[in-house]
Amino acid sequence: MFHYWNPYFLIVLYVVLGIFLPVASIWVIGPILRPNKPSEAKGSTYESGLEPVGDAHVRYNARYYLFALMFVVFDVETLFLYPWAVAFKKLGMFALTEMLIFIVLLVIGLAYAWRKKVLEWT
Amino acid sequence: MWNWATHPVSWLSFLGMLIGTVVILLLTLVVVMYSIYWQRKFIGWIQLRIGPNRVGPFGLLQTAADVFKLLIKEDIIPNKVDRVLFMIAPIIAFVPSFMALSVIPFSRTHVFTANIAVGALFYLALSAITIHGVMIGGWASNNKYALIGSMRSAAQMLSFEIPLGMSIVGVVLMAGSINLNDIIAGQQHSVWYIIPQVLGCIVFLIASTGELNRTPFDLPEAESELVAGYHTEYSGFRFAFFMLTEYVYLFAMAGLFATLFLGGWSGPWLPGWLWFAIKALIYITFQFWVQATMPRMRVDKVMPFAWKVLLPLALFNLVITAVLKAVL
Repeated sequence: MFHYWNPYFLIVLYVVLGIFLPVASIWVIGPILRPNKPSEAKGSTYESGLEPVGDAHVRYNARYYLFALMFVVFDVETLFLYPWAVAFKKLGMFALTEMLIFIVLLVIGLAYAWRKKVLEWT
Repeated sequence: MWNWATHPVSWLSFLGMLIGTVVILLLTLVVVMYSIYWQRKFIGWIQLRIGPNRVGPFGLLQTAADVFKLLIKEDIIPNKVDRVLFMIAPIIAFVPSFMALSVIPFSRTHVFTANIAVGALFYLALSAITIHGVMIGGWASNNKYALIGSMRSAAQMLSFEIPLGMSIVGVVLMAGSINLNDIIAGQQHSVWYIIPQVLGCIVFLIASTGELNRTPFDLPEAESELVAGYHTEYSGFRFAFFMLTEYVYLFAMAGLFATLFLGGWSGPWLPGWLWFAIKALIYITFQFWVQATMPRMRVDKVMPFAWKVLLPLALFNLVITAVLKAVL
């Protein structure tokens, strides 16, 4: 079993060290070295030197929303393709036909999105 | 001490793992420092300038001086930001970038890197997590430029991840495994996959440029329209961690490219790590070359390009590879 788990144990160490580096440099070493003199002008939001107008936490057109939906569809497709590609040698012609049908169905979906102008950034 | 992959974990092998991780962390920091230096020097030469040459011999310590300068700069947190999210966003972005390095096989012996069965998939999964750091940072800044930049960044990284994943499937088909070491072994038995997978390689190169938000697809940080994009409000070392994330991903993507298409650490005469370094340097230099050559694309051209050009090309490459593999 350790053959399987030990590499993941190493990855956990990567996570710990990846959190340690920013925490140590921003919260431990940084405060000793850097000045801290907050002022009203420094704390204002940057807007090209002008007085900031309103707030940025507003209802904003989430244009990436439709892309995110497309992403979910095609990312799941990619996920299905990975095990298929690994097992391709064993399954042979059967896997090829099955996957061609699968890809054709998704290409029809892509063509539909294309026609409906979902892929445009307007 | 170094046999943790084949023996149960003991305190000694745990120490070996810890040393390996620290070595990779230090290596990453050095690689990032010198890829920034190399970027400035290389683009300087292309533009008939000298590039950095003041700090240290040939300017070699320039980036170290820049990092130290960022460390002693005041860490400004604007009044209107969402404090907690603003503070943790750089960490959310950075941790997956460093984790992604854990599966890249740097050399023949796997004492420093995790030889897991789902390597390529693991990389793709992690690179999707960084989008959250960018989105949270942009939204928490409460700044219009940052908000627009993070929205663009999310849409772009999502869009380019699909052709990137699809182009890797071609390589997986050739090798019959997702494990990155098996992919290298497959290339040792035949040829480097850049030759049979030339179309997939081109799609990978373009899609990875978009995924890394580099020129000509650096719209999230388009300084002429969005100041600095999602890290407009960040200063000091928090800003440094966003930059670090970007360059760690450049290194990781270079490692992935070298592994998938150029045979990773395998090669004649020279030791494995040197081959890996040469191949990764080729990819990094290619990115800088493109950066110095290409103008930035318009925002309404980039996203359709990923879906209408790269995705059909990647699918075409996949079908061709599968058919040839089944027939031959």
